[in-house]
Amino acid sequence: MKHIRTINKANLAKSAIKGGCGKCQASCQSACKTSCTVGNQECMREENK
Amino acid sequence: MIHRFKAGDLFILLDVNSGGVHLVDELSYELSGELEPYLNRDASIGDVANASECPKEILDKFSEKYNKDEIIESFEEIKKLTEDGMLYTADQYENYANTAVNSPIKSMCLHISHDCNLRCKYCFASTGDFGTGRKLMPFEIGKAAIDFLLERSTGRPNLEVDFFGGEPMINFEVVKQVVEYARSKEKEYEKNFRFTITTNGMIMTDDQVKYINENMANVVLSIDGRKEINDRMRPRVDGSGSYDRIVKNFKKLVADRGDKEYYVRGTYTRYNLDFTEDILSLYNEGFDQISVEPVMEDPTMDYAITEKDLDRIYEEYDRLMEEIGAIKDSGRFINFFHFMIDLNQGPCIIKRLRGCGSGNEYISVTPDGDIYPCHQFVGKDEFKMGSVLDKTLDEDIKKLFSKAHVYSKPKCKNCWAKYYCSGGCNANNYNFNHDILDSYDVACGIQKKRLEAAIIMKIRDMLKEEA
Repeated sequence: MKHIRTINKANLAKSAIKGGCGKCQASCQSACKTSCTVGNQECMREENK
Repeated sequence: MIHRFKAGDLFILLDVNSGGVHLVDELSYELSGELEPYLNRDASIGDVANASECPKEILDKFSEKYNKDEIIESFEEIKKLTEDGMLYTADQYENYANTAVNSPIKSMCLHISHDCNLRCKYCFASTGDFGTGRKLMPFEIGKAAIDFLLERSTGRPNLEVDFFGGEPMINFEVVKQVVEYARSKEKEYEKNFRFTITTNGMIMTDDQVKYINENMANVVLSIDGRKEINDRMRPRVDGSGSYDRIVKNFKKLVADRGDKEYYVRGTYTRYNLDFTEDILSLYNEGFDQISVEPVMEDPTMDYAITEKDLDRIYEEYDRLMEEIGAIKDSGRFINFFHFMIDLNQGPCIIKRLRGCGSGNEYISVTPDGDIYPCHQFVGKDEFKMGSVLDKTLDEDIKKLFSKAHVYSKPKCKNCWAKYYCSGGCNANNYNFNHDILDSYDVACGIQKKRLEAAIIMKIRDMLKEEA
């Protein structure tokens, strides 16, 4: 494409298919304790690591 | 729904529902802001549309500034992305919103000490005791908390326990006993415990450093940055500063820690809106994993951050981006917690709908064994959920929190940042707006600025690497 460059895989919809396994860390436990940032958390599902 | 933002000569589009991030030229940036009604796939925000060619009114509007063929070309690219499910995509996640109602509990904030050796002025825990008296958790309570977590975590192999306070190092022998007890149960229950500790660094013998670095997957080291900033807000009981002692202890711990995760974690207030200086100060002391967050305090306090401060804070994050960019450009490593983002494989959308899971997947336990939705609710009687001693848990409160997600929070529904902050902090919402579902606007503003910054930094890193 000449005008647009896509940076990532845009896969939020796909993530729902095998999502919700609950293996990941609670976001507040990492380094927040007074806010909530989920977008920077890691997926802990083995096949995604 | 899309979100558009600029940084210097970078024009960025975020497609909210797919998570797609696109770097575009100025024409496509402007055009994309107008085309949603013509290409929209999201019935929740308006009529679904599928224009086959660039609408005449759009062509007319932009043809004064841009060449007609270029406009049509840009339209075709935008349309192609729409057809490929990467722009103006549908919101298809509401069905997942209430799937967490029966979630097991997997995370625990263990208040190993409701006592503290500092008297931080902004402490949400009333300088350590949460307004409930200075106490240390006996091992029996810690053991009962671990038993409670083991029993309530069916189907969750990874369990996390954060040793919190007050100051947990005051009760370090019980920390060790609880770790030992939990580890002894891992095999039988097929669980993997991940321990973390949040400490102010006032007490830290060499043996304790060794123990922490061997047993804690992450450590959060509280320090606010420059000595004068830290000492103003984080004094000792006698009023003297804490900086010299804690920085020495934190250096010792980090030097011994190897590659394991840690964060020096500071709080900025209205007194230091130039908090980039504090982050740089921490970096220059040798700490390269840094988290610094705004104070969340009653707006009547002199040091509280209010909406009036937001523009200044946004400027400061722009400055921080430049400073961190310069450090990286010089080949050195720095990781700022709130600029971290994984655009390709972050958390699944189901996690993104409801954030930290407080009161549902995540609970706090006090030295008496009382259960609260999280550390910030401790001491609020109406949120006391039960006790690990008699294994009671108020399912109505659990259900209330399980239904706190981006679809039940009115301000989140049409917010572009909802899948990154996941509805924000329930405790902040309650503290400022008396409703866990009513998002706190100041926190939202800062969160959105940080998310834009995180995406910009990611793109800058990528372009630098390519160059």
